[in-house]
Amino acid sequence: MALRALLGLHLHHLLLRRNPKFHKFPNLFNPKSLIPRSRTLISRFSSTVCSGKNLILTKDERAGTSGTVEGSGTIAAIVTSLGGGPAAVGIVRLSGPMAVDVASRVFRPAKRNGEVPWRPRSHFVEYGLALDLEGNVIDEVLAVPMLAPRSYTREDVVELQCHGSDVCLRRVLRACLEAGARLAEPGEFTLRAFLNGRLDLSQAENIGRLISAKSVAAADSALAGMQGGFSALVKGLRKQCIELLAEIEARLDFEDELPALDSSILIDKINLMWYDVQQALDTANYDKLLQSGLQIAIVGRPNVGKSSLLNAWSKSDRAIVTEIAGTTRDVVEAHVTVQGIPVTLLDTAGIRETDDLVEKIGVQRSEAAAMGADVIIMTISASDGWTEDDKKLMEHLQMNQMSTSFATPIILVINKIDCAPSITEELFEVDTGIFKKHVCTCAVTGQGIVELEKAILEVRGLDSIPAGGRRWTVNQRQCEQLLRTREALSRLKSSICEELPSDFWTIDLREAVLALGEISGVDISEEVLSSIFSKFCIGK
Amino acid sequence: MRLRLRPMAAAAAAAAVASPIIPSFLHPSRRFCLRLSLSMPRSTQRCFSSRSCVPCRRLTTVAASAKGDIEGVEERFDVIVVGGGHAGCEAALASARLGARTLLLTLNIDRIAWQPCNPAVGGPAKSQLVHEVDALGGEIGKIADRCYLQKRVLNLSKGPAVRALRAQTDKREYAMEMKKVVESTPNLFVREAMVTEILVGNNDKVEGVHSFFGVDFYAPSVVLTTGTFMSGKIWVGRASMAAGRAGESASQGLTENLQYLGFETDRLKTGTPARVDRRTVDFSGLEPQHGDEQVSWFSFDPDFHIEREQMCCYLTRTTKDTHKLIKDNLHETPTYGGWVEAKGPRYCPSIEDKIVRFQDKESHQIFLEPEGRNVPELYVQGFSTGLPERLQLALLRTLPGLENCLMLRPAYAVEYDYLPAHQCSRSLMTKKIEGLFFSGQINGTTGYEEAAAQGLVAGVNAARHSCGSPLIVLERESSYIGTLIDDLVTKDLREPYRMLTSRSEHRLLLRSDNADSRLTPLGREVGLIDDRRWDLYQSKQAHILEEKQRLKSVRVSGGDLAAEVTLLSGQPVKDSVSLESILKKPHVQYNVLDKHGYGNNLLTRMEKECVEIDIKYEGFILRQQSQLQQIVNQQHRPLPDDLDYYSMTTLSLEAREKLSKVRPQTIGQASRVGGVSPADITALLICLETNRRKASERKRLKSQRSFITDVNDLNSSPVLTSHAVNSN
Repeated sequence: MALRALLGLHLHHLLLRRNPKFHKFPNLFNPKSLIPRSRTLISRFSSTVCSGKNLILTKDERAGTSGTVEGSGTIAAIVTSLGGGPAAVGIVRLSGPMAVDVASRVFRPAKRNGEVPWRPRSHFVEYGLALDLEGNVIDEVLAVPMLAPRSYTREDVVELQCHGSDVCLRRVLRACLEAGARLAEPGEFTLRAFLNGRLDLSQAENIGRLISAKSVAAADSALAGMQGGFSALVKGLRKQCIELLAEIEARLDFEDELPALDSSILIDKINLMWYDVQQALDTANYDKLLQSGLQIAIVGRPNVGKSSLLNAWSKSDRAIVTEIAGTTRDVVEAHVTVQGIPVTLLDTAGIRETDDLVEKIGVQRSEAAAMGADVIIMTISASDGWTEDDKKLMEHLQMNQMSTSFATPIILVINKIDCAPSITEELFEVDTGIFKKHVCTCAVTGQGIVELEKAILEVRGLDSIPAGGRRWTVNQRQCEQLLRTREALSRLKSSICEELPSDFWTIDLREAVLALGEISGVDISEEVLSSIFSKFCIGK
Repeated sequence: MRLRLRPMAAAAAAAAVASPIIPSFLHPSRRFCLRLSLSMPRSTQRCFSSRSCVPCRRLTTVAASAKGDIEGVEERFDVIVVGGGHAGCEAALASARLGARTLLLTLNIDRIAWQPCNPAVGGPAKSQLVHEVDALGGEIGKIADRCYLQKRVLNLSKGPAVRALRAQTDKREYAMEMKKVVESTPNLFVREAMVTEILVGNNDKVEGVHSFFGVDFYAPSVVLTTGTFMSGKIWVGRASMAAGRAGESASQGLTENLQYLGFETDRLKTGTPARVDRRTVDFSGLEPQHGDEQVSWFSFDPDFHIEREQMCCYLTRTTKDTHKLIKDNLHETPTYGGWVEAKGPRYCPSIEDKIVRFQDKESHQIFLEPEGRNVPELYVQGFSTGLPERLQLALLRTLPGLENCLMLRPAYAVEYDYLPAHQCSRSLMTKKIEGLFFSGQINGTTGYEEAAAQGLVAGVNAARHSCGSPLIVLERESSYIGTLIDDLVTKDLREPYRMLTSRSEHRLLLRSDNADSRLTPLGREVGLIDDRRWDLYQSKQAHILEEKQRLKSVRVSGGDLAAEVTLLSGQPVKDSVSLESILKKPHVQYNVLDKHGYGNNLLTRMEKECVEIDIKYEGFILRQQSQLQQIVNQQHRPLPDDLDYYSMTTLSLEAREKLSKVRPQTIGQASRVGGVSPADITALLICLETNRRKASERKRLKSQRSFITDVNDLNSSPVLTSHAVNSN
């Protein structure tokens, strides 16, 4: 034994002297590993080879540098508590090697142009806007970058401090997921902190228990959420994907034994699936609205009957109504329910040029309310028609929207229809492109309110949900899966449109199956094979 | 127990005799190591290996004389390969080429590299394996290129990753050519023997094998490639006999020995169809299947690209009569009659399986393939059956074209012992016995290509083990070979395993066109790629790189090329567009550039294809690469071999059992073990980190304590104290 060890040492030096190339993996020739000690030897070898990274995973020399890919996934989650009434501030935390990358796709600092990639300074708070992938403003946020290793998880961490309402937080989180982050598992930040050596040993054992308990709980709750219709939908989609995969894969692995694939049928199926996923996502949207509701800002010139409209709608005397223009000076809230969705109505000060200090502040607030709302109701008076002031106001609103590149749907309400019953919108010089809908109302009689509610649901895409129909809730995790599925199916569609070879279709189909199967996590290859063998008569 | 000198003792004796300073017997293996790692050119290899034999012989003499010449000459090698099939040949060749003195033991030297079933090499996924073995310096691709009867590229329009080459081969020529290579390879010795026992020494290390006729062969590495021979039994109808293949005796006794050593064995079944006399088949009504006009090659070595005349295959179909005959006689088949239980492969069902399981299908395709240029035998592809021989001819005659055929060999099924491969680590060395390797059908695979791939890995590792070099593991993500072995050792497979493209998660990256750029550098590093091959490889890569740069820089405006590209792709072509972006457009291939004088005549067809694939699918390839990189970062974390999974109470019970059984080498492998959930993996990661922390904590405490002891010693020992004072 000693002799062999001696030889090992000898060899080691010899090698290093003879071939300078060997400094690349000196561990392989570690004298210790040459001592043959039965089984442990093998493992030592393989682990040295593993860490030596030279012998195991060979690189494709032709592929060259594969760019800046790294990291075991970047995770995101809302880390402040949800659901317990609106808090002032909520936090979405990103952690992982791509955290800055993902954040820069969501966060636009106020100071610089959006075009420049965001290069944060660690532990330096920045103010800016959170945008979704289409560039719509979702919230105003503070970004707190904490770069590795000076962070909780010892990875790059970016925290986005948003407004505390559930809607804001969920939107920002969703934007992060769309930008490439993955929803964190329960306790995953702590897990990463631990695995990266951040927490001490006494905490560690508790974490082990905690996390396994949480994973079980999460799995349970995930399964519980998978009851009924939604579960059937996801399972159905997954099954369809597997079947399509089997159709394609069977022809790849057993080419000459099967008839050619009819791609038009395939495309139809994929379109149907895409539609199903989209519908499920709409439902997810609806579910969130069920919880957090819509904000609707009523704007317009002074004295067109905004406050009357609010009162009529909410069947209350919430807002003070007088004949005097500019009565409403602050934003007045009222709550109604539209098709089960909680709606917050915001009555705003009439927007006009004014010297009155208080009214001026009120006008500013009106504009802010309009900016933050889900739907804007632009109110005009039927008796006055489409005035120059209305036009100016609209231009102003559009300017604001332009600057944030955020298009809140606007509904035109022609109020006081009782004063000019014969009036129709054609009489106004209305650019129909601006308004998604128009409704004639009479705040005094309550006429047109029902139509207005319908219009609101329509512009928010909520009308397609049958009122008594699907009642399942889609949680954030399920929503993430659906998003991934939809993206994969979209890419698949474009692969087909570009007439890429069928092998490329399977890449995205597999991804869709993976996304849909996240919860059950079964081995796809085996499933596809089983499907192939049960479906096709294969084998020579 | 026979009296046998332990090699260690023998070694010590030899050392004592030969040299007082450095033991002489270690010289050859030291050189052997050196050459391995420096990957010296072939000529140098020879010189080392021929010299390495000398001390070995001296050692043998010493050992024998120590025993007093009772047992005659002791036969000592670096590596012993048991079995001369497709796994055994690759293993023996790789090992010998690495300079290890290698002995190939086979039951019958005339059956080396025999193709007992399909006379073909390649096909989807299998061809990728062949290309990979060739890229690593293996033999199967070259022999198939040399002995083809017909070649076709399958899946031509379905994407570069699933494109597959298949060759019909001349069965006899194939075996003969491989035998020639085996016989002419230095360091490689062939011997007929039936191995019945593995010789195991202290510390569960393999020492050699013992043959039926009582001879011991010694080597520190033994590769078992027993194929279908271990306790093989063939069936025709109800009749059965012990045999590895029709007409060849099975190998008896080894299974029991392996079981005695603590290995788990199980039984698998496979089958082969009848062979008919070509002269009795009427081809006039049958659909011919011709080979490709432009022949493609398995080997990356252009020296083996020699075109030859091709032969034709024919297509026929089952008829109503076929189906009726089978349905009427189902009870006569082993599976439906119920007297054979071993599982057959799903992708290779017998004709009765097809007819029973797919009742609504009125007809099944049957291929007639020639078995050689000079033999009348036709292989009836897709028509394997368990029916008794008396019904087989009648069954064949229900096929159009075969109405008057004569049968040369009946179809039969074969049952054999295999060892579920979770008993091997991914180097293909068994976990129980150091130096013992399994490869090929013994691990539960089917197919020549799967066998060859494992053979190469086992051969390389057996040679490396003999000289104390670290073993090589090909990661799953690196190749089909890696995927194959990872599946074998990780999943609990209970049916014969065939490679399929759908088994690889990243097949877009594991193409046949890039098998060389993925693996040839490794082959070079290991020492299987000689200077000539290496130069060829490097110049090919340089051509491809240059061409890609040229296509990027050359721009065209308008003209015929633009017009044709617009026509082909249905997309407009901008002014001053690079050739690269033209090649990216749908339906535009490199030959369009050639046609308009924008191609590069210096490139070979293969090189052009590589350039085209790299450019055309760049986006997809990059996306897959980044996904793969993420997986690599996450999953390639090694797991200590001595983990006590049963003590990890946060793991589910099933995970604890399965992980203890499979003993995965990495986190990724652990996650692929059946019954291990993502939550288990998280729990496992936590346990690992906790263990690590505890260990480093203990180390810290220990060093503190020893420091304290040192200080105490220092104080209590006057000598040391004075010494310390002096040194100050």
